[in-house]
Formats: sequence, structure tokens, C-alpha cells
Amino acid sequence: MTQDDNKEGIKGMANPGRYGIERIAYLLMRLTGLGLLGYFIAHVYETSNILRGRMGWDEFLAMTQTTEGHLFLVLVIGMCVFHTGNGIRIMLGHGGVGVGKPARPDYPYDPASQNYRHKIGIYSSIVLAAVAMMYGMAVMFGE
Amino acid sequence: MAQVSSIAEEQAPNPLSASKSVLLRISRFNPETDESNKFMEFSVPYQKWTTVLEAILDVKKHFDHSVAVRYSCRQATCGSCGMLINGKPRLACFTKISELNSDVVTVEPMNNFPVIRDLAVRFERLFDTHHKIKPFLIRDDTELESNEKEFLQSPEELENFIQFANCIKCGLCNSACPTMTTDSSFVGPQALAQAYRYVADSRDKGKDSRLDIIDESHGIWRCHFAGSCSQVCPKGVDPAMGIQFLRGYLLGFRS
Repeated sequence: MTQDDNKEGIKGMANPGRYGIERIAYLLMRLTGLGLLGYFIAHVYETSNILRGRMGWDEFLAMTQTTEGHLFLVLVIGMCVFHTGNGIRIMLGHGGVGVGKPARPDYPYDPASQNYRHKIGIYSSIVLAAVAMMYGMAVMFGE
Repeated sequence: MAQVSSIAEEQAPNPLSASKSVLLRISRFNPETDESNKFMEFSVPYQKWTTVLEAILDVKKHFDHSVAVRYSCRQATCGSCGMLINGKPRLACFTKISELNSDVVTVEPMNNFPVIRDLAVRFERLFDTHHKIKPFLIRDDTELESNEKEFLQSPEELENFIQFANCIKCGLCNSACPTMTTDSSFVGPQALAQAYRYVADSRDKGKDSRLDIIDESHGIWRCHFAGSCSQVCPKGVDPAMGIQFLRGYLLGFRS
């Protein structure tokens, strides 16, 4: 703690327990965004291996055909679905859609912007991501 | 510094009727002499209606008058006594100990504000950003130049912004904001909500100039709609709602 600072830093962003599901969605959105960015870069590198000819391409592709490779792709599927679903919710919210209407607040001041529509959107994104991951696992690990 | 003292046992001249006591942990930090904060612990009796501020003032009265805390109205109107109470930004005068459902109450200075000493923080930056968004009616004419004594407004027009006019500038929203934990230049939910308060006011003609002010890299685009600001607001202002409406203007969803 310093006189000029007193900021929590990354720890404050990564400690979502105090503020409910919306803050957890915020953290997941950031993490999945970074994960997908990492995957995108890796994907560009992976597909660039086609320049090494068929042998090089098959060699690199074999890396994704392992158990670890499949688990990584399952994670990517989950990140992609959650980021898409929650992203749509946030984009609508950013346009002022579904955040309630201004009104004289009454105690205990439940914020209208944190309403059930957004909570349903967050939980739906998590459930959809879980279902997509299970489907991905069934495809990749199934017979 | 783990000094535990008890008011009921040692200091109170008259027996207090409270049947319960709570362990109050107060963060002590003087930026001029200390490198990090330390906690002092006090056993404080409380009743159903005792607020955290009253417990802190009990400690000041009976044990350590040097505890630095800012307060004034004691009724959630002045916005002075914001602090972290059990890890969450709240007004000390508006938080009853009995509502916390905990035997330990830890009070710390608000995050994202420089500490003056102990629980008191500097508000200069909050007031600067508040001032930056021009928190006043902007018009071509003025009351002094006009023959009218007041600018008329319908009840419906009032409803559009009255919620946001409840802001007491306590800074709890800025303390809870996840963007402000890392971005020192972010204008913050308090100022953004106040920008919406004036943009939504039918008497105001300064929408374009305010949108220009917040439409920058550390402005409204740094808000990611985590909503923590609205969850901690003690006056029901709901800054997250105002910020999204404000962004709606910039994105063309609203006019």
C-alpha cells in the first residue's frame, strides 16, 4: 500500500467472489478472450505449416490428435461458446438493451441493470459452453 | 499489531445492554511513516441497530482517538464514510453490524483511492473527474438572461434522470470498479453516471460536448459492464445503467 496508489491491480479483477455472478462473468469473459486470442495465434501458426508440404502438415496435425490435444480443443470450444453467448449479452447491454428503465429507486435499491435477463444470459452462456464441451468430448473421444 | 480490547469489560462507565460483541479489525496506515498497513483489533459491543461507524467511533472514544476516519452526517447523505467493510465497499453509517452476519468486522480504506491515513482517503481525483464531465446545465441562454424564472420540465422528463441525481459522491462505485483497479486514467463510473444524468436532462443542451469528453481511450469504452458499481451504490443510482445508456448514444442506439 502506498500513498499514491492503493489499487488492487490484477488481484482486484481476478477476485470476483464479492460481487456476484456478473463479476464472475466479467472475469470469465476476459480469460476466455485472452485464451481465444492465444488459440488464434497458435491456429495461424498451425495452418502456416502447410507451407512445409504434406509431411509437415500431417506431422503438426498429429499433435492435436493426442489426448492432451483433444482436451485443449474441448477447452477452446467452451471458451468460444461462452465468449460468444456472453458477448451477445454484453453487446446488447452496451446499447442499453435489457438494462431496465430509469426510475426513482426504492430501498433496498436492487440495481435494475443487474436484472434477471442478464443473469439468465450469463447462466445460459455457461450451460451452453458446458454442453458444447461435452458434445466436443463425445465427438473427439467417442468411438 | 494485534491488540484486542473490550469496551464492556474495561472502559464503559455504565454496563451496556448489548448481549453481543464483535471483533472490529481496523486497518492502520500512515503513508508518511508506515510501509504497509497493520490491523488493530477491538472487541466492541453492539445492538441490532449499531452501525459500523458507531462501532469505530466507540473505539475512538474509549481506546484510540488517533484512528483516522472521515464522517459527517451519519445518515448516508454526505458520502464521507465510504470504506471497505469485510472486503466490500460500503458506507459505514449505512451498514449495521447485525446485517453483516459475522463475528469479525474488518474495516479498510477504499481501494482505488490514495490513503491519507487509516480509513480516510483522498477524493481529489473523484472530484476532478466529476468536474471534467461538466456537472451543470449547459444552455445557450441562462436564467439571468431569460424572462422565465425556471426551466420547465414534465414529471416524465424528470424520471429520466432523477435516479442519477441521487449520487452523493461517496466513491464506492469507483472503489468496486474492476477497470479502476488497473487503469489510473479511467474516468470511472461515478463521473460517467453523472454525465448521463445531465445528458438525460431535458433542460440541458450540452450532450455533444459531454459525449466528446467521455469518447476517448480511458473514457466510456473502458467500462465492460461488470455491474459492481451498481451493486455497491448506497443510493440506488445504478451507474452501470447510466453508462450503458450513455454508450447507446455514442453507438447510435439512442438519439
